[in-house]
Amino acid sequence: MTASPELDAPAEYHLDVHEISKTFTSLDGETVKAISNVSFTVAQGEFLSILGPSGCGKSTLMMIIAGLIAPSSGRVLARGQGFNGVHPDFGIVFQDAVLFPWRTVQGNVELPGEINGMRPGARASRARDLLHLVKLDGFEGKYPHELSGGMQQRVAIARAMMLSPAMMLMDEPFGALDALTREEMNLELQRINLETGQTVIFITHSIPEAVFLSDRVLVMSGRPSTILETIAIDSDRPRSIDKMVSDKFGAYVSHMRHLMSRKDPA
Amino acid sequence: MTPHRSMTINPGKWLLFAAFVLAWEYGVRLFEIPQFILPPPGMIASKVFRDLATGVILPDLQITLLEVLTGFVSGAIVGLAVGAAIALIPVVESWAYPYILALQTIPKVAIAPLIIIWFGYGIQSKILMAALISFFPILVNVIAGLKTADPRRLLLMRALKANGWQTFFKVRLPGMLPFYLAGLEVGIVFAVIGAIVAEFVGANSGLGSLIVKRQSAIDVVGVFSVLVYLSLMGLSLNAIVQWIGARFVFWARHENTQI
Repeated sequence: MTASPELDAPAEYHLDVHEISKTFTSLDGETVKAISNVSFTVAQGEFLSILGPSGCGKSTLMMIIAGLIAPSSGRVLARGQGFNGVHPDFGIVFQDAVLFPWRTVQGNVELPGEINGMRPGARASRARDLLHLVKLDGFEGKYPHELSGGMQQRVAIARAMMLSPAMMLMDEPFGALDALTREEMNLELQRINLETGQTVIFITHSIPEAVFLSDRVLVMSGRPSTILETIAIDSDRPRSIDKMVSDKFGAYVSHMRHLMSRKDPA
Repeated sequence: MTPHRSMTINPGKWLLFAAFVLAWEYGVRLFEIPQFILPPPGMIASKVFRDLATGVILPDLQITLLEVLTGFVSGAIVGLAVGAAIALIPVVESWAYPYILALQTIPKVAIAPLIIIWFGYGIQSKILMAALISFFPILVNVIAGLKTADPRRLLLMRALKANGWQTFFKVRLPGMLPFYLAGLEVGIVFAVIGAIVAEFVGANSGLGSLIVKRQSAIDVVGVFSVLVYLSLMGLSLNAIVQWIGARFVFWARHENTQI
């Protein structure tokens, strides 16, 4: 069940997170160590979840990987190369859908294409294809306030895929949804991921969600955040919701729960 | 920012209004209040009708409407431009903002005599006064709207590697529109005040000047009639601005919901 990332990842990996640490200085001058010496690799086509308690700094870790926050030390390599700012290989989905209320669904999905100078015809048809992929056909002309929370997050996923990123970074994208919608979105994400074959880094604090979706789960400790254990989920994808109640699944879930509660007494 | 439905059909409100008018009408008769102090509403209503039927009110109404609209549109344009410069260019903010704050503390109506001296008795001084008074609420709202851009949207634009112009036109400008419209709603009412005050201080035409003329003739009914036209003008202009807002910023009602 346990393996070090080095043994686990294939030789030709896609992303290399190397000895990342992050220290903040709070307003009263105190230094807070948020992330301590985190290293892992992500293989091509892999679905990797970063699982940790709330406030453990996993969102900060994602922002560092995305190139939106600079680490205090360490570096992130994409295809063996360092990079400044956001790497063009990345599509990012945030906790909130962050849709522009003045744009239609179609307009929201087209936004990255507009910024990137994509031709209007090309981006319109690309956006329609993506809306089909996330099962929002017929919603092109609607405005965000006319959609449910789950649908809004589908639009955000389609938008993140606009420029065909090789890797998706997802920061608790279903955290604000109710339990049933969340389960449905997990199935949808699995389907979309298997269709596109994208590499995914998925941040979550939900143990079942991490186990259900992932090839591998990094279990993080509370502050300062470190990797407690890397756990490969030995089960073929796609997985059905019924699998979540199997003994094997239960064993993964309870092992992770023990890990998290031992190191982070609530 | 939520638009209020001030004109909802509520029978209670209308009953209260009717009771008020009746009390006024019969109170004036009962206590034998002379007409030149407080005329009864029935008399005012017939004067309002006669002013329109004979066309007496029309030239002055047109003049004031022209002053208000020209002043308001100027105030709206200059307010947008100056507000954008202050909110977006730090040098402009640090140099110009103290003066604007200082100007804001002066009651603008107190400048009217100077404006009349500088720009004369004609329509220009009234337009300038209307523009000046409507400028400030518009300016303040533009600055607030541009400065309060949602940090999550700015982060998204950063993640998409948008440049400064793209961020301005795709996030800050549309996000500012609800604030701008709130400023315009106040500004249009202020523009009416500005034009009327300037007409009080010195003018030969316009509704403000008509009030002054009727006041010196102790035509109190006539003054009330002009007041009715003024308030109708303010209400309809405000309604037009609200209507335009509802068309172009229809999404603002949902701004506070988490999207």
